[in-house]
Amino acid sequence: MAEQQKLINIEIKDLLERVKEFHSSGYRLVQIGCTKTDVLEINYSFDKNYSFVNLRITIPSSGIEIPSVSHIYWSAFLYENEISDLYGIKIKDMAVDYKGNFYRTLVKFPFNPFHNAPSAEGGIAL
Amino acid sequence: MTKRTIIPFGPQHPVLPEPIHLDLVLEDELVVEAIPSIGFIHRGLEKLVEKKDFIDFVYVAERICGICSFIHGLTYCIAVEEIMKIKVPERADYLRTIWSELSRMHSHLLWMGLMADAFGFESLFMHTWRMREKILDIIEDTTGGRVIFASAKVGGVRKDIDNSTLKTIAKKLESYQKELKEITDVFIKDLSVRHRLSGVGILKKEDAYELGAVGPTLRASGWPRDTRKLGYSAYKNIDFEPITETIGDSYARCVVRIKELFQSIDIIRQAAAKIPDGPVEIKVTGTPDGEYFARTEQPRGEVIYYAKANGTRFLQRLRVRTPTFANIPSLLKMLPGSSLADVPVLILTIDPCISCAER
Repeated sequence: MAEQQKLINIEIKDLLERVKEFHSSGYRLVQIGCTKTDVLEINYSFDKNYSFVNLRITIPSSGIEIPSVSHIYWSAFLYENEISDLYGIKIKDMAVDYKGNFYRTLVKFPFNPFHNAPSAEGGIAL
Repeated sequence: MTKRTIIPFGPQHPVLPEPIHLDLVLEDELVVEAIPSIGFIHRGLEKLVEKKDFIDFVYVAERICGICSFIHGLTYCIAVEEIMKIKVPERADYLRTIWSELSRMHSHLLWMGLMADAFGFESLFMHTWRMREKILDIIEDTTGGRVIFASAKVGGVRKDIDNSTLKTIAKKLESYQKELKEITDVFIKDLSVRHRLSGVGILKKEDAYELGAVGPTLRASGWPRDTRKLGYSAYKNIDFEPITETIGDSYARCVVRIKELFQSIDIIRQAAAKIPDGPVEIKVTGTPDGEYFARTEQPRGEVIYYAKANGTRFLQRLRVRTPTFANIPSLLKMLPGSSLADVPVLILTIDPCISCAER
């Protein structure tokens, strides 16, 4: 029996406002997770009375800073530090910022192999 | 002004068998703040999905945790099956439900033993684990394994349990209830246990929800939320209601798990009575293309497996959010206000599994 799941694609600029809407509507933050394809997709999952909804933002592999939602859902700081450590995504104003020390990985940003690749300008892409 | 002290706690500690580190900020004996640190055993298992055939990855999923291994494998299979629109045979659904509940029983009994050990009740610890052995024996008899069941597979289950054995298991579990009640009564009624757990680490109802708590941690604070109510596997055909308590302290979390033990016996009894005859697996052809968030209820609470596939034999992404990860913020809320001596017991009440959490 497949659970009905809703996926809403949004722009980064709308993220905080949309997350606030979910918060004020009584949704629980279930998880935040990142997926690397040609781009980086970040899913913000919410649940209310077994109704499962995802907000998705899409960002290029490097160079974009996204806002933290941990001032709306405090528990988000764990997910955001995880994404920051594994993918090298910069997240602004996290409630608790481990500054890259949340996971002790041998390889920096192991889930985003292009993060450390030389950029077109010859520097390190970020 | 009271002097503040920072006590490093973990990742290795005599009464905390999990690699989590906490910097505990104390005023005299009282915790005023706790700052967690994990990441000591990050294995990158999610990354491995890019190099393992999607059929074979179930073996890795089962090894994410040595306690709720079966439900990890099951949730992975559900994610892939939903993407591939595979309808699992009904008998397999029932067997998955039975093994899930046996997993819950052995996990809860393991937790109860660790808890008894943590508050210094050694004989209770031994009696609890003696009961757990009986559950492990059933698991071994039906799967061949005691830790890794290797029973879930994409498209069904690898092994069947014949109907007469199922009836025997249901009967055995019924007979265990008396002994189980004798042990659990000690947890519920013994004065020293109540004294150690009551009023310790209260998680208010609104905080539990706001902080994203799951499983017994959430239900002990009064929320009747149980992912099994989504009706995956055979749970749609089973009559049960989430078990809740209202106080939200360590004692309430203990009571919820104890009641869930007896509920698991009832669910297995119902499943053994209702299981239909038929095949236990179907042949899987093709490759997955799409995405799905599978959600199931582990002993510690809701687990999420997000799978994304692009039509090849290797998934693009597998994301696992375990219940312990979701319960860490609640733990940080519970700790302030407790005494240093209560910290190990309090941490145990969320039943932490850090190897699960870090994957």
